[in-house]
Amino acid sequence: MFYILGLLALLIIIGIASYNSLVVSKNRVENAWSQIDVQLKRRTDLVPNLVETVKGYAAHEHDTFEMVTKARAQMVNAGSVAESAQANNQLTQALKSLFAVAEAYPELKANQNFLMLQEELAGIENKIAYARQFYNDSVLRFNAAIQSFPTNIFARWMGFTEKKYFEAPEADREVPKVKF
Amino acid sequence: MYQQIASNVRRSWLLMFFFALLIGLIAYAFAQINGMGYSGVVLAVVIAIGMTWVSYYYSDRMVLSISRARPLAKEDNPYLYNIVEALAIGAGVPAPKVYVIDDTAPNAFATGRDPEHAVIAVTTGLIQKLDRLELEGVIAHEMSHIRNRDILLMTIAVTMAGVVTLLSDWMVRYTWRSGRARRRDNREGGGGAEAIILLVGLVLAILAPFFAMLIQLAISRQREYLADSSAALLTRYPKGLADALRKIAADPEPLEVANKATAHLYIYNPLKDAEGYMDRLFDTHPPVAERIRRLEAMER
Repeated sequence: MFYILGLLALLIIIGIASYNSLVVSKNRVENAWSQIDVQLKRRTDLVPNLVETVKGYAAHEHDTFEMVTKARAQMVNAGSVAESAQANNQLTQALKSLFAVAEAYPELKANQNFLMLQEELAGIENKIAYARQFYNDSVLRFNAAIQSFPTNIFARWMGFTEKKYFEAPEADREVPKVKF
Repeated sequence: MYQQIASNVRRSWLLMFFFALLIGLIAYAFAQINGMGYSGVVLAVVIAIGMTWVSYYYSDRMVLSISRARPLAKEDNPYLYNIVEALAIGAGVPAPKVYVIDDTAPNAFATGRDPEHAVIAVTTGLIQKLDRLELEGVIAHEMSHIRNRDILLMTIAVTMAGVVTLLSDWMVRYTWRSGRARRRDNREGGGGAEAIILLVGLVLAILAPFFAMLIQLAISRQREYLADSSAALLTRYPKGLADALRKIAADPEPLEVANKATAHLYIYNPLKDAEGYMDRLFDTHPPVAERIRRLEAMER
């Protein structure tokens, strides 16, 4: 009799421990996702300053500035995850054009403020990449945990489903075309 | 890559287990021979902890002042700061504080009692002589030390070595003293078995601190390999760290602030000169050629 009770108690303890570790893992994944958003926001915040600095030297490049400003506005107003991903792509493209334009103005390229902003932007893009990598690592750990035996038996019943990896959108997978 | 990390962590646990075994052996021998028994063991543990953990708690401040490191403001080197912050995001730890050592020899170390109080120090030589990818490799290595709690692990290892040394030392003193007393009032035989136990205990007591030091150094080398593998996983670019290690090893300049107390913390042993087999056993760091080989083997 005691053996059965002991076994039951052990199973319950194991169940509680597994559940708690899955909860922590799931929250880590969600936290990792928000961290990506933090970096994306910092990039959006940097854009007006960058545009102003470039305008100081290349005032007549209206089209490029409009493209960047529009992309930024879309980024700020984006609602769903899909919308924000698309807006993010457009902002990346617009920024590429902005820097391509800046190439033609040597005084701009020597400007301290511009160099600082360029370094900041490069830093933020690096952080976005690492944030996405960390998100994918967290998803890996979570998915592996809920798919492993014996947790997989009751994971779905407890409400834990697989999380999706962050994937680069199709456009980014193309090799960039460089024109001189 | 994942395989290297897994096998490395297993080996660390194995070494800790052997260490615990050694302590168990010494503690048992100690309790049998000495009048103090197991309370003596407890005393040794308390003393060893007391000696090491103050330095663990203040590890960041102590090491930084010995190495004459100065804090770096973000404005002074945003390039370096961005690298550290980006890697901290990738590793999932809070961004450590960045310190700089004014020395042309390229080297770096990490310290701090936990990831929330972590510090990474870098020499000016390292910043100047390495390119971006190599610098990222080195910082990733230091970040991995922080994330893998290596400072805590090495403090535990040093504490365990301390316990072994204390118990061995007491055993030797006790048997020396009691041996003389026993010889005085135990003229007849019957002390044969006791004498053997005493002898074995003595031999153990003399050899144990030596083995403890070997295990501690083996653990240190294992964690260096682990930091290398974790860094490669973090940057997804093992070549960066491999190239950095090659450059650092080839640099002839000695690090002026290095001394025996802090040498084990650096990414590259600053006191390195000879390279014999016996030196390898007593090294806190694995040989650079082997580290580079393992990193380059990760690239597919």
